[in-house]
Amino acid sequence: MSEYLILIYGDEQAYAAADDAARMQLMEAHNRFAEQVVEMGAKMLGGNALQATGTATSVRSDVVTDGPFAETKEALGGYYLIDANDLDQALAVAKLCPAPYGGVEVRPIMSFPEE
Amino acid sequence: MTAEADDPADVAAAVADAHRREWGYVLAATVRVAGSIDLAEECVQDAYGAALDTWRRQGVPRSPGAWLTTTARRRALDVLRREQTLRRKLPLLAEPGVTDGPEAVVDELDALDGGAVIEDERLRLVFTCCHPALAREAQVALTLRLLCGLTTAEIAGAFLVSEATMAARVTRAKKKISAAHIPYRVPRTAELPERLDAVLTVLHLVFTTGHTAPSGAELVRTDLVERSLDLGRVLAALMPDETEVRGLLALMLLTDARRDARLDGEGRLVLLRDQDRSRWDGDRVTEGLTLVQDLHYSQVGRFGLQAAIAAEHAVAPSYDGTRWARVVALYDALLREWPSPVVALNRAVALAEVAGPEAALTEVDRIGADGRLAGYRYLPAARADLLRRLGRAAEARTAYEEALALADNDTERAFLQSRIDEVRGR
Repeated sequence: MSEYLILIYGDEQAYAAADDAARMQLMEAHNRFAEQVVEMGAKMLGGNALQATGTATSVRSDVVTDGPFAETKEALGGYYLIDANDLDQALAVAKLCPAPYGGVEVRPIMSFPEE
Repeated sequence: MTAEADDPADVAAAVADAHRREWGYVLAATVRVAGSIDLAEECVQDAYGAALDTWRRQGVPRSPGAWLTTTARRRALDVLRREQTLRRKLPLLAEPGVTDGPEAVVDELDALDGGAVIEDERLRLVFTCCHPALAREAQVALTLRLLCGLTTAEIAGAFLVSEATMAARVTRAKKKISAAHIPYRVPRTAELPERLDAVLTVLHLVFTTGHTAPSGAELVRTDLVERSLDLGRVLAALMPDETEVRGLLALMLLTDARRDARLDGEGRLVLLRDQDRSRWDGDRVTEGLTLVQDLHYSQVGRFGLQAAIAAEHAVAPSYDGTRWARVVALYDALLREWPSPVVALNRAVALAEVAGPEAALTEVDRIGADGRLAGYRYLPAARADLLRRLGRAAEARTAYEEALALADNDTERAFLQSRIDEVRGR
């Protein structure tokens, strides 16, 4: 098994403009996703939604700046950490991950040899 | 081994031949043991180097592929034994069972004695090289490097990038395969059609790049054409039930059959219309037609349909004697399967023979209007030819010049220039 981070990117303005029903639907989709991951034989190790990039603070060397590290239209809005057999399974999981305002990126976690 | 030592030139030729034919087979068999593509490549490279020496002294073995496989796998085992501890903690491929240390590896090696198992390994390697998580250009590079044994310099030359760029592309792709745990296996049935399409697209891309080289003095890059035919035959043998695999092989055979007739005695381009059909390669035509006849039309996809079109040309007694209405109908079916503007352009060219150049020109202009073929040299070339046939010489000349500005292959450039001279003379 290998660990992968599923990063959820999306248009924050579109999310902010969504009504309660749409947000409720999204919440349910995420709950269902957590069940689907297990059904697929992968493991959910963790995950969180993030506050909007308006709340982000960047630190580069000692300089503290208001705002995210990189300004993009589609910002990081949440993540899941999963354990999957291989990239194919991780991608199959990622395809089910709700991301109605953008998409997801799958990144393998780097493992270091234990000497 | 044969009894006496062989002539050095013969040995070098035998090694080169084994390189061309067996590289993918030997590498696939070694990857299984090595657990890493990089290590396998090193060991296979070493095995080919050792072959040159050993075969010179002991003669060329009866089965060069088997000799190379055994040698490369032994080398891989030696390296693995030395690095056993580290390797157990750092599995490089997402394939359970191959990195469990020497004992398991020796078992694997024994199990690999059957040829069918290795054939399966080669198929795994194909699907790994063409995994959708890799960019198309990386898929092509890996396929040529790992399955066809082309050097990075050769691949760079074929695709008009520097060797350093190509080396970086290959390194990055291999790193992603191991770091992201791209699985080393044949996809499950459910994923197979989509994954197979990527494999066939890569193979077809290699073939078309060889069929008409993107630039340079040679019209055809024979090495790329031959490698894609070899690999097409291997795939057809490995996946006998896949209609599209046989369709692609047939398409490549029937297209390549015309190779010699595409140039005249002075090396000038000869269009399909003017080709001496007696110069088509009869063996390739027969092999291709046999494959097309066996296609099940209910399952036929974009490669099978293109093969069926190529077959119409192959059986036609002449350009004028071609069943053009059938060709157009096949293009209609192909467009439904694969709505690409390139297909639409080819259909328009065939339409000219059914409905006349005027109707075809209207179609070509409609296709050109959506802008997706901007920069595609065959769009102004096709337009120019229709205008020339309609006697609109000035417009034809402009269109030929447009095509010339986009063409980089010397043979194609010479052809377009001759057409410009022709319409100017009117």
